Amino acid sequence: MSILFDGLSLGAIYALIALGYTMVYGIAKMLNFAHGDIIMVGAYSVFVVMQRAKSPTDAFLNVACGLLLSLFICTLFGVVMEKLAYKPLRGVTPIAVLITAIGVSYLLQSLAQIFFGAKPHSVSLPTLGTVTVAGAKVSLSSIVTLVVGAVIMALLTWFVSKTTTGRAMQAVSEDRGAAQMMGINVNKIISVTFAIGSALAAFAGLFYLLQIPTAEPTLGSMPGIKAFTAAVIGGIGSIPGAMIGGVLLGVIEKICLSIPVIAPYTTAVEFSLLIIILLVRPIGILGKKRREKV
Amino acid sequence: MTVSDVVLKTEHLGISFGGLKAVEDVNLEVKKQQLYGLVGPNGAGKTTIFNMITGVYTPTTGKIFLEGEPLVGHTQEQINHMGVARTFQNIRLFNNMSVIRNVLVGLHYDERFKCSMIESMLRLPRHAHSEAAMRERAKEILRIFDLEDERNNLACNLPYGKQRKLEIARALATNPKLLLLDEPAAGMNPQETADLMTIVKRIRDEFGLTVLLIEHDMKFVSGLCDELTVLNFGTVLVQGDTDKCLNDPEVIKAYIGTTQEG
Repeated sequence: MSILFDGLSLGAIYALIALGYTMVYGIAKMLNFAHGDIIMVGAYSVFVVMQRAKSPTDAFLNVACGLLLSLFICTLFGVVMEKLAYKPLRGVTPIAVLITAIGVSYLLQSLAQIFFGAKPHSVSLPTLGTVTVAGAKVSLSSIVTLVVGAVIMALLTWFVSKTTTGRAMQAVSEDRGAAQMMGINVNKIISVTFAIGSALAAFAGLFYLLQIPTAEPTLGSMPGIKAFTAAVIGGIGSIPGAMIGGVLLGVIEKICLSIPVIAPYTTAVEFSLLIIILLVRPIGILGKKRREKV
Repeated sequence: MTVSDVVLKTEHLGISFGGLKAVEDVNLEVKKQQLYGLVGPNGAGKTTIFNMITGVYTPTTGKIFLEGEPLVGHTQEQINHMGVARTFQNIRLFNNMSVIRNVLVGLHYDERFKCSMIESMLRLPRHAHSEAAMRERAKEILRIFDLEDERNNLACNLPYGKQRKLEIARALATNPKLLLLDEPAAGMNPQETADLMTIVKRIRDEFGLTVLLIEHDMKFVSGLCDELTVLNFGTVLVQGDTDKCLNDPEVIKAYIGTTQEG
């Protein structure tokens, strides 16, 4: 039972990150490999606030401030990154954009090293303890992650399906040229997409710290890769796909970790799952077939 | 005829791709509420002219004016906001979106439904009100095209003729002054073509639209257009009254060809 909760909450973290990958892919048609490092930026933002905070009595207020700063910094980084690194490359071969994204990823990691050093910093977040759900002890942080994650994803789904901006995002993802001809400012929509993806990554960064309370420059790599895997499993470009893929991967990871024989091979199991799913269904669980235009 | 009655005007419009002059020295003058046809054999440069008017291509020479405002140099979305909407030769709907959602995208920038992103997130009642108004408007537009009952179907599941109509409906939703139709009757059966002619006339009257259209169906062209420009190899062959143009020996030669003599 507690494994399931832990798995679901880890899954919620992966899903939040995967959403950033999948939305940017769907709308800007590029893989933003620096997305994982936005989590790291968020984690350091929280770290800075927690370190400066002098009154430990107001631990939750401090966390809230950390989250706010993190949301601001991550969104800023996401938007600026797109403007400076990717926008000038609009319309060139995808491989150039991909390499640029990897470059941005290393740039962010190096910046973190310059400002905070390569040494991991422990982030003193308040401990939340455990509660008993249906006879099993479940950590409260898992539940918070799960609930907040679910709320964010519900809001995002509402936003994309029911608002003008959401519709414009979908239109750009379907046919950029036709969307432009309908008066949609594609550059603005891409900026909004990066902003939303990065804000989700800020949440993911905080939740990740609740699980592993250390900030280090390469913190974003592994969850980034795993969330990317989740996005591909779910069908890259599909928002519900990213959510399903993330949760699936999180639950599988926690189940594997709980079985001593399999635990050391957890990562191998996860990536094997990716390979199997791609062999059986190359477009992912909810991916859409690209129909060739006549 | 005063200047203000001219909706679209091009002066010495031309574009070259590499060494190839795709369009050369095209002068158009389309008046308010006119149904104006652009005809000519394949490769004559008709769609290229549409692409220049809508900002997809930047002309190498010449100017384009919409009600006196220069269009060249503006982005595609700005040109749309200025009042130009179009359909595409190969239908480009948002395929995985419902019929009504396609039209809702077109209503995106309509001032009447303006509701900023922050507003829609924070002031839900206003958002709901604006959404409801937009849906009502979208349904009205779909009704003109007899597509209201299809509104919840995916665009890609519509039959071809209805997809063409939906594309016009979506363009109309952006509230244009000038509507560019790129082969609107292509692939339609005679009944659908006849219906479309009625619809085009109707929206011209109801919305005060000016329509510039490319079409190969001569029955459609002669039944609808007041004036034509016939293009061949990127240059203007004949311009003027529809009947006069279609009976011009040069036009018949360009379309059907002549036997080699001598």
